[in-house]
Amino acid sequence: MATINLTVNGRAVRVTVANEETPLLAVLRDELHLVGTRFGCGLEQCGCCMVLLDGAPTKSCAKPIWSVAGKSVVTVEGLGTPERPHPLQQALLDAQAGQCGYCLSGILISAKALLDRNPNPTRAEIARALDDNICRCGSHNRILRAVEQAAQHPAAAR
Amino acid sequence: MTGPALTGALADHPALERWVAFPAPGKVTVYSGKVEIGQGVLTALVQLAAEELDIAASRITIEAGDTDLTPNEGFTAGSQSMQFGGVALRQACAEVRALFLDHAARVLGCSEAELAIDDGRILRNGRPTAEDYWTLAPSVSLAAKASGGAPRKATAHYRIVGRSEARLDLPAKVFGAPVFIHDIAFDGMVHARAVRQPRRNAAIASVDEAAIRRAARTAIEIVRLGNFLAIVGADETAVEAAAVAAESHVTWSGVEPLNPQQEQASSLLQQPTIDRVVGTAAATEAAPRTAYHEATYTRGYLAHASIAPSCALAEYRDGRLTVWTHAQGVFPLRAALAQSLQLDPAQVSVRHVQGPGCYGHNGADDVAADAAIIAMRMPGTPIRVRWRREEEFAFEPVSPAMVVKVRAALDDAGRPADWTAEIWSGAHSTRPGSGNLLAAQALPDPPPELPSADVPDAAGGGAVRNGTPLYDIATKRVIHHLVPETPLRTSALRGLGAMPNVFAIECFIDELAERAGRDPVEYRLAITPDPRARAVIARAAAMSGWQAGMPAGSGRGRGIGFARYKDRAAYAAVVVELEADETIRLVKMWCAADAGLVVNPDGAVNQLEGNMIQSAS
Repeated sequence: MATINLTVNGRAVRVTVANEETPLLAVLRDELHLVGTRFGCGLEQCGCCMVLLDGAPTKSCAKPIWSVAGKSVVTVEGLGTPERPHPLQQALLDAQAGQCGYCLSGILISAKALLDRNPNPTRAEIARALDDNICRCGSHNRILRAVEQAAQHPAAAR
Repeated sequence: MTGPALTGALADHPALERWVAFPAPGKVTVYSGKVEIGQGVLTALVQLAAEELDIAASRITIEAGDTDLTPNEGFTAGSQSMQFGGVALRQACAEVRALFLDHAARVLGCSEAELAIDDGRILRNGRPTAEDYWTLAPSVSLAAKASGGAPRKATAHYRIVGRSEARLDLPAKVFGAPVFIHDIAFDGMVHARAVRQPRRNAAIASVDEAAIRRAARTAIEIVRLGNFLAIVGADETAVEAAAVAAESHVTWSGVEPLNPQQEQASSLLQQPTIDRVVGTAAATEAAPRTAYHEATYTRGYLAHASIAPSCALAEYRDGRLTVWTHAQGVFPLRAALAQSLQLDPAQVSVRHVQGPGCYGHNGADDVAADAAIIAMRMPGTPIRVRWRREEEFAFEPVSPAMVVKVRAALDDAGRPADWTAEIWSGAHSTRPGSGNLLAAQALPDPPPELPSADVPDAAGGGAVRNGTPLYDIATKRVIHHLVPETPLRTSALRGLGAMPNVFAIECFIDELAERAGRDPVEYRLAITPDPRARAVIARAAAMSGWQAGMPAGSGRGRGIGFARYKDRAAYAAVVVELEADETIRLVKMWCAADAGLVVNPDGAVNQLEGNMIQSAS
């Protein structure tokens, strides 16, 4: 048994796990019921499980919970809500940028990390920032357009 | 009233209550056997229903793919959801609308000709009345059967169909809501992983249970039935660790190793085949041609490689089995599960839940069988099985490798006069319903291995799909060599044989154009009789600013491809620009498509874009 303190979407949380090697993704989904961060491969290869860890885009599926003690985690649920969408979420909807939509949580996190450090990225910079996120349905062009559109929004970087 | 014969699912389920309900004032529910697999079908079905019922789309809730609720519409596959599912739902809605208008005329004491419907309200001579669908609903029985004769709205009067409505399912996905099957959790649920038979007919020789339990580091259960072995426990991380470790602690007998050469498409040429000829019989030319061209094209086995591995939940309680699945056909899966588990299908409910993008028969059905088998052994406990990524790649059915060998006799102008395509391929569909559930093969009394058969030509064919060129060629034939035994389990992936066949045909046509010294676009147009085909070829060329040949030494080149899916569905032409340097880079693609009546134009464009990227990847 181990107890870990961390911050998730601005809220201090304390989790108790039987095994401190349990991945952050499993804690988010199973203990905290934040299922917006998706399980894709479990091997840090697809980007579905991306979260911001102290502001840096990080794959959470193989990240042991002990290693994030005291850190700040932001998930897709921390970006916006249907009532107050983050400009990136609104831009994805405006561009209808998705087919199955399974990859979008991770893409939103990677794109937010990009806009936080570079509010006016070129298309090539957007593509590079999303290089670790796989979309298998082929919505890439729409996703790139959506991130470009969101970057035009004054509240995109926050 | 008797009308034209009902067709498809509406003939199977003529009672209108199977398709439409008015559950509360202002609300409509429609039911479809077609399911959302990332293609946006639910949005388009709602548009069709809203149009035909004359109500706002926002009033409609759609229930899809539930053996307890929805009509049986088989599989969501083959680009047929609008063509068949949409047409059935549209006619059902037209029938419902006609019933309500007939009843309204009697209630209002007027002729039907005076009535119209606007967002569910009954108008008389254009003015509101006190009646709407919901005031009339208690006295209109939807147990009535569709007549087939209710008039459908004329295409010219469409207001909702043909509009790019936003996808209904996308907001929940963008805000991270629990919409996927992986996100479902029930109280008391336990996790499970199967330890897979390495090959069909492999038998467990030994199991080191102690070693597997040590790897879990917490309490787990080991379930075994014949050669079906599974790890079950409350802690998913522990169950996963035990399943990974089990690979080293279970030994199998009867495993024939694969050799790497079997991966190659060319190895099909050495296998026994079942042969047939489609099209005109072998060439019997009075005067033998002098010029021939021949080329061979291959494509290896291809995984669906969905973004996430397959997942399912199952619970057996009070003599009923309930299964939650992202499979493409809830009714066929129910039949296959009932057969494998020796249950009456009436005891089994199968419910569709959205999953990661689906491009054909992946592991979704098989993981549902895993969950169902374990659930039967642990009554009252909800079982969740999520395959591991490695498991999905190793055990999902893959698209068969193919070899396509084309030989053509040319006329004096360098055009093909006689065409033969020889196609070697494994079977392109082995979906459940044909009894193909992976775990069932490991049970003590496994179902017999079914004879290998490809998709019937009437259903668009499997290996021969799009195997015959649409170009104007006097005599053409396909020699189909079905390879009944392939080293990997094969089944449906997008387009089945169409992708390798179109690749072969279009490459071959380019080679003929080059040989004749003609521009590939102009060469195609000269041998394309169908005006709609000509239109998409010409349009794609125009969009791209096609010019005959790129400047020499630019390192860039363009190509064009054309197909009409299944020779009877949508037309498309694509121009691709490539840059060839140390690597080959895809610079740009243009596509012109003619899909007939399009319900949601942006949805169709989204699918085309995705298919272009997927084909080029």
